[in-house]
Amino acid sequence: MLAIVDYDAGNLRSVQRACRKVGLTAEIVADPRLVESAERIIFPGVGAATSAVDTLKERGLDKALLSAFQKGTPILGICLGAQIILEHTEEDDRDCLGIVEGICTRFEPDDPTLKVPHMGWNGVEVTQPHPLLEGVENGDEFYFVHSYFPRPSHAGNVYAVTDYGTSFCSALGRKNLFATQFHLEKSGRFGLSVLSRFAHWDGCLTT
Amino acid sequence: MLSKRLIVCLDVRAGKLAKSVKFVNTRDIGDPVIKAREYYEDGLDELVFYDITASSEKRNIMIDVVEEVAAQTFIPFSVGGGIRSVDDATRLRMAGAEKINVNSAAVKRPELIAECAYAIGSQSTVLSMDIRQVKESRTFPSGYEIVIDGGRTPMGIDAFVWSLKGEELGAGEVVVNSIDADGTRQGYEIKLTRMIANALSIPVIASGGAGTPEHLYEVLTEGGADAALVASMVHFGEYTCRELKEYLHNRDVKVRMRY
Repeated sequence: MLAIVDYDAGNLRSVQRACRKVGLTAEIVADPRLVESAERIIFPGVGAATSAVDTLKERGLDKALLSAFQKGTPILGICLGAQIILEHTEEDDRDCLGIVEGICTRFEPDDPTLKVPHMGWNGVEVTQPHPLLEGVENGDEFYFVHSYFPRPSHAGNVYAVTDYGTSFCSALGRKNLFATQFHLEKSGRFGLSVLSRFAHWDGCLTT
Repeated sequence: MLSKRLIVCLDVRAGKLAKSVKFVNTRDIGDPVIKAREYYEDGLDELVFYDITASSEKRNIMIDVVEEVAAQTFIPFSVGGGIRSVDDATRLRMAGAEKINVNSAAVKRPELIAECAYAIGSQSTVLSMDIRQVKESRTFPSGYEIVIDGGRTPMGIDAFVWSLKGEELGAGEVVVNSIDADGTRQGYEIKLTRMIANALSIPVIASGGAGTPEHLYEVLTEGGADAALVASMVHFGEYTCRELKEYLHNRDVKVRMRY
């Protein structure tokens, strides 16, 4: 079973629909036991990190995700999911899951014409190959909506960057976990193809 | 850097695609789901659906349209028209809409913006404003007034002041819709769009008046808009989304050309 982690963070059904489109049957689950035993996991989310982290912990989903990660379950984080996997977020100064070393910080563009949230279509540049990014060309555009962005401590965890006043990490990963700041479910064909590669990904980094 | 967005607006009445001129003379022009899908495949960046159904008993049809669109298109889309409560907003969100546009009800009860922002997030709360030009005065320092109920009721509220208030209350984006320009195909209201785009720190969508690709270019450059909304230009097959984007791209406006 593919589990979409339900922690009351945004519209999980959009992700479920996109999965269906690429032939993946996904279930939205809030029970940590089901998350832990899932064959693969999508960890999506939009909105505020604070309530998201609180709800994750209340439901015991933080431990379930960690345990799934440790046993090698392929995990795909999207948007807020790409932020909560880090150690800490500056959004309300919250400790997060800590699967990837690093923090999340807010956009503070010097250029006043750059608006926050960063909302709309922007290009990505792949910084190192990843099985899920196969076929993505530099400049391919994906849909973003966020005010905070991931800052992994190690360049080795960064797989793609995007320019918005500053060059920020828009895709990151570690072992069997991969995450995108952009919305795969709202990025047209390019987003769907990353999802469909995830459907067959065994969690290994060799392509 | 971010691309400028092309947005197509579909007015939906009892499940059918409709088009009005200056908010009246509405006629049905097809199936919104089929149109939405056609635009999506042609590289459209975002969709907006306005429910202009007059009778409340037919409003549930909109939920079906939204679910159908969500199952077939994978770009952001928002829904507006008759949203009066967080419940309305949440139902449409659950049906698959990325964003919710509030308009008349927010003018009557501004807290609705804050309530939606809290419930579904600022990024999903869009303030849509129908605006007409008036004489500059103490009541209307900007020379623009907010009109509600589909252009029928002037509210005595300055449009520029209202846009600032909307941002403060938590709107994540605003739609600047000129009633004077709507359906005329004579170009967007550049002055008004620029005034609001310069003052707000959230994205601004320009709406009303598009007739040629040049109009889109003007409002995205001179007008300072982040996105340009079109309707009749593409609904009647005069232009495709691809053609509009190619025009902008050739004039050095950054738009998404590969999809």
